[in-house]
Amino acid sequence: MRGLHQEFLIYLLMSLVIKNLTANIGDQQILKGVNLEVPKGEVHAIMGKNGSGKSTLAKIMAGHPDYTVTGGEVLMDGENLFDMEEPDERARAGLFLAFQYPMEIPGVTIANFIRAAVQARLPEGEELEATDYYANLYAKMDALKIPRAFTSRSVNEGFSGGEKKRCEILQMAMLEPKYAVLDETDSGLDIDALKIVSDGVNALRSPDRGFLVITHYQRLLNYIVPDKVHVMVDGRIAMTGDKDLALELEAKGYDWVTEGELATA
Amino acid sequence: MPALEETEKPDLNLDRSVGDFSYDVQYQYDAGVGLTEATIDYICDVKNDPDWIREFRKDGLRKFLEKPMPTHWASHDLDNIVFDNIRYYLSQGTQPKRSWDDVPEEMKQTFERLGIPEQERKFLAGVEAQFDSEAAYSNIKAAVGEQGVIFVGSTEGLHKHPEIFRKWFGKVIPTGDNKFSALNSAVFSGGSFIYVPPGVKVKHPLQAYFRINAESFGQFERTLIIADEGSEVMYMEGCTAPKFETSTLHSAVVELVALKGAKIQYVTVQNWSPNVFNLVTKRGLAHEEAEIKWIDCNIGSRLTMKYPGVIMKGRKARGEVISIALASDGQHQDTGAKMIHAADETTSNIVSKSISIGSGIATYRGLVDIPPHRKGCKNNTECDALLINTHSRTDTYPAVVVRGNQNATQHEASVSKVSAEQIFYMQQRGLSEGEAMSLAVNGFVNDLVREFPMEYSVELKRLIDLEMEGSVG
Repeated sequence: MRGLHQEFLIYLLMSLVIKNLTANIGDQQILKGVNLEVPKGEVHAIMGKNGSGKSTLAKIMAGHPDYTVTGGEVLMDGENLFDMEEPDERARAGLFLAFQYPMEIPGVTIANFIRAAVQARLPEGEELEATDYYANLYAKMDALKIPRAFTSRSVNEGFSGGEKKRCEILQMAMLEPKYAVLDETDSGLDIDALKIVSDGVNALRSPDRGFLVITHYQRLLNYIVPDKVHVMVDGRIAMTGDKDLALELEAKGYDWVTEGELATA
Repeated sequence: MPALEETEKPDLNLDRSVGDFSYDVQYQYDAGVGLTEATIDYICDVKNDPDWIREFRKDGLRKFLEKPMPTHWASHDLDNIVFDNIRYYLSQGTQPKRSWDDVPEEMKQTFERLGIPEQERKFLAGVEAQFDSEAAYSNIKAAVGEQGVIFVGSTEGLHKHPEIFRKWFGKVIPTGDNKFSALNSAVFSGGSFIYVPPGVKVKHPLQAYFRINAESFGQFERTLIIADEGSEVMYMEGCTAPKFETSTLHSAVVELVALKGAKIQYVTVQNWSPNVFNLVTKRGLAHEEAEIKWIDCNIGSRLTMKYPGVIMKGRKARGEVISIALASDGQHQDTGAKMIHAADETTSNIVSKSISIGSGIATYRGLVDIPPHRKGCKNNTECDALLINTHSRTDTYPAVVVRGNQNATQHEASVSKVSAEQIFYMQQRGLSEGEAMSLAVNGFVNDLVREFPMEYSVELKRLIDLEMEGSVG
């Protein structure tokens, strides 16, 4: 018994656990009891139709002010995310969200933006050393094949879809989160950009990091190969399988999941 | 004697604004409360003014009393100024010291706390530090003085260099230009007089710092800068005052004259406390191929009304106004620019950015005038406003009067808001809401902040951060 208990604890401290999560926007219930576990070192994909609640799940975990959590919890290595009120507390605790539509911040360069974010993670009174920071930034950029000139551009201003997503991946590389949620990272990308961005994500896969990849299409999962695939239907995880589930979904369509659900009900 | 024990108290309120402290000074000269002809005679006697200045002041008083308040178009907050409750002249003598060691202790401590002597050592060619009505300190680096550059207070300027002073004094801004230029003409004291000889390029900036220490006081400095042919000079001014219960008035007149091919840059970082009425008239006269550039940043004050102008009098003269205004809760920044194209092929550029926070109001008021017979004149005007809260307010009143058809003008304006989605995005990267807001605002003004000298742009960023800290939550 004792051994089992310890094993459970270790498991809890090494994963992102979503338990019975329900949430609303206004009066409308969007999440209707989501259960999901992403152990460190694994990549899980969430697939689902538009409106199934998969992007909402990402925003709720990150603390978007438009949504109200009505029940359940999200434990990140045992720490309840909802005990942290502000989105920035959750971010500093190790949660990263790569946005579907990254925001523009006119006049703020990428270098200064990431620098402020890295600085925010240092203890009070400690100043980030500029030379160390740039050395780290340039090393990460080289690894992601991002040209140096990129850093002096304003964050996302006038960027192509591909540039925006690469900028998200660069931020992720610099902030080294424990868990990264990628929200429709493939949307708006042509096949070349998709490949570059996927290479970036794959380079960041690590035994110390878990990924939750939200996508509408199977094609992204050819490049970022998941350990597990979850299918979201109407605010719940309706089906879970291995990477082949994505292919099956692609062939049979999302309605196949709903029909299956009805049949087993 | 000055209450020096007051100055040694370590617990002065340095809370949000470095300028929010005051010393209990015993003034040797005090014109009392209210403004009459006797006030003017008192000032003239203390300053030993020549007769023509006494006449000039009395003419100013007449015009001040005649002129109506500009409240028909401006803010009704102006009606809250009680001219009878203001003290118009306070000093400890009219002779500024050449060494900080000779400056009275409480004044010296004031400027040390504001970092003026340190800046002087680091990067300035000369400094004038005004405490209430008179400069406590005025000095210029020997090498700059040897080039023939004159940098003294206005009183010393009119006494020692009457041949240059009188030629231009009151010529760019006539006494009756507006009610407050008339008031300044009546009671002016302090401010700088600068003359740069032909061809001399002053490498480092000259700086003036204006400090209000006394309550219910009016500061009326008068600055006159003359850049002779082909010369170049940069002048910077900073200002602070403590927060008092009653309001304080600051009403300066600044006249610039750039002779043929000369360049003047005038940089202001205004950080008055939120009870100061800051009503300033600033104008420059640019002769042929001369260039006058106002770089103006308004962060403090209760109400600022200031529209730096350039009269482009000679062919190919250029005028520029770069302006940043930050209006926080309870503040009104009514700022802008005036560009008068009085010669052919003259070029002007206005870039104005304002930020309104909480109940703050930012107003852009501009005038560009190109008469019908002019040829080849160009103006570009851009004004952008950023609103932080839903009840923040911005107004734009651009007047572009172009009566000929051989000129080109361009006007662009935008209003934007820091969106909740932008803040969420930045918070998701680990920045607090306040840090996110601060970054967005700094980004908005970033291209203009670069126009300020480096030492000032660092200070500006710090001031914006301080203002934004209190704006959220």
